[in-house]
Amino acid sequence: MLENILKEYPRQEDYLIEVLLEYQKQKADRHIGEDEIRRIAEHLGVTESKVWSVITFYTFFSTRPRGENIIQICKDVPCYLNDGNTVQRTLEQLLGVQVGDTTKNQKFTLEHTSCLGHCDGAPAIRINDKTYTNLSVDKLKAIISEYRGNT
Amino acid sequence: MPNIKINGKPLTVEEGTTILEAAKANNIKIPTLCYYPDLDIKSDCRVCSVEIVGQKGLKTACSEPVWDGMEIRTNSPRVLNARKVLTELILANHDANCTACEKNMNCELQTLANTLGIDENRFENVLEERPLDTANPSITRNPNRCIKCGRCVDVCKNVQGIHVLDNMGRSNEMEITPAYGKYLSDQECTFCGQCSSVCPVASITEKDKSDEVWEALHDEDKHVIVQVAPAVRVSLGEEMGARPGAIVTEKMVSALRSLGFDRVFDTDFTADLTILEEGHELLERVKEGGTLPMFTSCCPGWISFAEQQYPELLDNLSTCKSPQQMFGSLAKTYYAKKEDIDPEKLHVVSVMPCTAKKYEASREEMRVDGENPDVDTVLTTRELGKMVRQMGIDFDELEPSSFDDPFGITSGAAAIFGASGGVMEAALRTVSEVVNEEPLKQLDFEDVRGLEGIKEAEVELGGNTVRVAVAHSLSNARKLAEEVKQGDSPYAFIEIMACPGGCIGGGGQPYNTTNATRQERIDATYRVDSRMEIRQSHKNPVITTLYEEYLEAPLGERSHKLLHTHYQKRN
Amino acid sequence: MLEHKLLTERIDRINPLSIDDYLQAGGYEMLKKAIGMERIAIIEEIEKSKLRGRGGAAFPAHIKLMGIAKEEETVRYVVCNADEGEPGNFKDRYLMEHDPHQMIEGMVIAAYATRATKGYIYLRGEYDTAHSILSWTLDEARKHNYLGENILGSGFDFDIEIRSGAGSYVCGEEFALIESIEGKPGRTRVKPPFPTQVGLYGKPTLINNVETFSNFPHILRMGGEAFADIGTDSSSGTKLVSLSGNVANPGVYEVPFGVPIRDVIEKLGGGTADGRKIKMVQLGGASGPIIPEYMLDLTIDFDRFENFDSKTGAGAIIVMDERVDVFDVLKRIGEFFEHESCGKCTPCREGNLQLLKLVERFVERRASEKDLLNIETLSRVMHQTSLCGLGQSAPTAIFSTLQYFRDHYIDVIEHPQS
Repeated sequence: MLENILKEYPRQEDYLIEVLLEYQKQKADRHIGEDEIRRIAEHLGVTESKVWSVITFYTFFSTRPRGENIIQICKDVPCYLNDGNTVQRTLEQLLGVQVGDTTKNQKFTLEHTSCLGHCDGAPAIRINDKTYTNLSVDKLKAIISEYRGNT
Repeated sequence: MPNIKINGKPLTVEEGTTILEAAKANNIKIPTLCYYPDLDIKSDCRVCSVEIVGQKGLKTACSEPVWDGMEIRTNSPRVLNARKVLTELILANHDANCTACEKNMNCELQTLANTLGIDENRFENVLEERPLDTANPSITRNPNRCIKCGRCVDVCKNVQGIHVLDNMGRSNEMEITPAYGKYLSDQECTFCGQCSSVCPVASITEKDKSDEVWEALHDEDKHVIVQVAPAVRVSLGEEMGARPGAIVTEKMVSALRSLGFDRVFDTDFTADLTILEEGHELLERVKEGGTLPMFTSCCPGWISFAEQQYPELLDNLSTCKSPQQMFGSLAKTYYAKKEDIDPEKLHVVSVMPCTAKKYEASREEMRVDGENPDVDTVLTTRELGKMVRQMGIDFDELEPSSFDDPFGITSGAAAIFGASGGVMEAALRTVSEVVNEEPLKQLDFEDVRGLEGIKEAEVELGGNTVRVAVAHSLSNARKLAEEVKQGDSPYAFIEIMACPGGCIGGGGQPYNTTNATRQERIDATYRVDSRMEIRQSHKNPVITTLYEEYLEAPLGERSHKLLHTHYQKRN
Repeated sequence: MLEHKLLTERIDRINPLSIDDYLQAGGYEMLKKAIGMERIAIIEEIEKSKLRGRGGAAFPAHIKLMGIAKEEETVRYVVCNADEGEPGNFKDRYLMEHDPHQMIEGMVIAAYATRATKGYIYLRGEYDTAHSILSWTLDEARKHNYLGENILGSGFDFDIEIRSGAGSYVCGEEFALIESIEGKPGRTRVKPPFPTQVGLYGKPTLINNVETFSNFPHILRMGGEAFADIGTDSSSGTKLVSLSGNVANPGVYEVPFGVPIRDVIEKLGGGTADGRKIKMVQLGGASGPIIPEYMLDLTIDFDRFENFDSKTGAGAIIVMDERVDVFDVLKRIGEFFEHESCGKCTPCREGNLQLLKLVERFVERRASEKDLLNIETLSRVMHQTSLCGLGQSAPTAIFSTLQYFRDHYIDVIEHPQS
């Protein structure tokens, strides 16, 4: 899979972030491991330290295995004002994990995120590459059960 | 030329200078922390902030160019307060146990705090303890002391082009580490130690081996000898408070005697020997159609770099061991036999301007008996300085004395080994004479001297014009190595030294090394050479005796065993 | 009418995915017009319009254009800053999702005027929908030769590539954004030189916000002078406001400059959701000031915002009703900046953490007078010494609350939690 992605991009340093994003998106456990970093560094002609500096700087990247679905909860002021705390509490209860953790079945990882840019639909969360807005407890339950069933 | 005012004083300064430069030229001191001469302007620490009349925010003096009519205040209450706050912020995230730190009294952060008169820290200590990196023989990394000034990243990434160290993570959790936050030794680190040389605190230091030397010196059973590299005699003075460029050879020898070494020898001797071996190797390669160009192999930083990044060029490296290792193997064989000492009881110490030499001495190939290292302990110039201070020696008051025999008679050619271009020049002084079979008229090869990154020269050898090149710092080495790799290098012989300026600018040299100090040390190096009676390695009589008594001939069987080595790809 | 729909005029009338809809509504006509104009005349038209950057800093748009046009280097870049990460802002997303060609047309006009050779849209990673829409839009524009080689037979070549952010607010800062496009961590560079001189890949680079580029076609259509007639003397044109928080109808509203904030909240936003009293409002986003209810008659105007000494111009209004605690909000803001600091300079890297710790003392009602003094001193030093806008504006909310809600601080000090 990694080799196929590398083929898609020019062997230029400036495509590093694009390559990492694409690879992590396709990878089941949503993280980038040391062997893969070595391969990417070699392919793009940069050092492993360079790749590591990028991965550790941007919050999208993870160096630890995560769940199949990444749930990001917005923690900024507009969501907070619209009862964002309930969103976190509800999700933690539904999934039985705290923010920062992955469910035992590797299905979900719960994370915080900075503002998602959907403050007009606060409170908001993002699951993988989809944003959900105007959340209520019932809506959250429905969303989670959908992911439990379909994925 | 812009007219400016600093603290009310009208000044006319050079166009295009920064506030910091303008202030310095006019004897006005602005404190700095991340700033380092000759490196990139980072403007990270913000400590050199000054006030520009009419502007709301403060500007950093290191990065701000002056303009006509600019009025600067370097010491207003607003500026002084900001500097204090910034320094306290740094201290609140720093292992500030100063009395238990190797840079106590020699630390730029400590000096800054003292200058600013910081008597308490208004901020909460937020340091989170992180593990040390002690996994290699050369360098220790203590992240708890790191103040994120970025100097080490700059030298590693830009000057050396190695890019092992970088800023990892973000926000308050940002740290400067190799990849995966782990070990230098896992990455393509050459242990050149330039990072340790520019670190303003003691976050990156040479791995201190002075205790091991004290142990050996006080072990009744041990015969402890020391060799001193050419570059140390023109830099140790700085450790003792002298100005850069002071030549302290004879006091240095006396100091080493006072420390208790049984014999004090000169690595210059094996530098002369290197020229004989390497010169003949070059001639043989030319004659026999061997791999060319040939690269010098004295510099362990360069050797690591080649083994890691240019394995296809390993045949281009001279097989000669470095002078340090030639000394080690001769000491454990020839010297031990001659003096009737059990090699197991012989402890060989070397004093080097270099941290990579510690790694070199630890290599498996550097053991003539297959088991014990030929060089037992390597100290840097800085560690020797420390030992002299620990001993309470008044360096200035020492009586001069000379190196011991037999490894004390040396040539001017060996003396210049420490400066970029020196090994090349020394080799040319011998090789031209051997090939052309007539005395060399001009011993000085000015073309290969100095601080320019890549230097070249043409020499007449037996009727042919041969091109040679010299590079210092690894980013320049890479340029020449790439040429060779691509097959379009015009050179027959290339000298590489990993550190800027060569060994005189080595990673183990006294702190505050800048291009200005490098130049002073280089000048001193050539002064040492010009004062020598013998200025060509093959004219060193003791070298002749050594070949007669023991080694037989350059590239001979015994030389091969003791003085040459091999290389391997390393990842 | 309180609203003045200029940039949002086509929204809901056209299908954003249909270039035909855009063309029928007059789209790309201004690009055609621009190509028939002297390049300098385009920049002069922008100058007459008095357009100022919509990303927050409100820098006059024509100066940047002229800066690049003057450079000798022939490789030049145009970059659209679509890294809208400031909490409370979502108007760029709205523009990209609903009228994407407008921004592209603006970029091509700017590229033509400055002879730029290549364009980039730096899009924040969280904007997945906008990413799909823009990819489609660029393809459509290419098919119709509004992008690509020899655009509309003019001999002018220009294309645009999308680059994704990967979760970093500071990449909205010009140089951090450039570093990120180059595949590096988003840490700013030392200025000078400025991006218009030495920018992306070391070449002259024009960086503008989505809304700024979207204004360009309208300026050419109306003429600079007519455009300048909208709004106020110091702030011409319209402003897209992102309205959120405790408000009945949150959303994006386009108003001419000079409209009172109160009108936007009450007349467009319908006031608070449940009729509670407004306690305070944060302007611009997390890096903006928090002002009390009695200041809501303040008008939306760059010059008035300058009084807050902060880059307030992005146009967010976050409404907070009487239930909201000042320190709870400051804590959220503090956590945001502490997390988003790139780590490069001391005041931002160390200061934001210390500031958060001090704010937490007030949240937990265990702060002393000394903490108050430290919070003020530290905020001032961060503002004055930080390398980029992030660190400089991180304490803005604190400054404003120290000014307008000082009694809350004093109350904590005088009545600590027992």
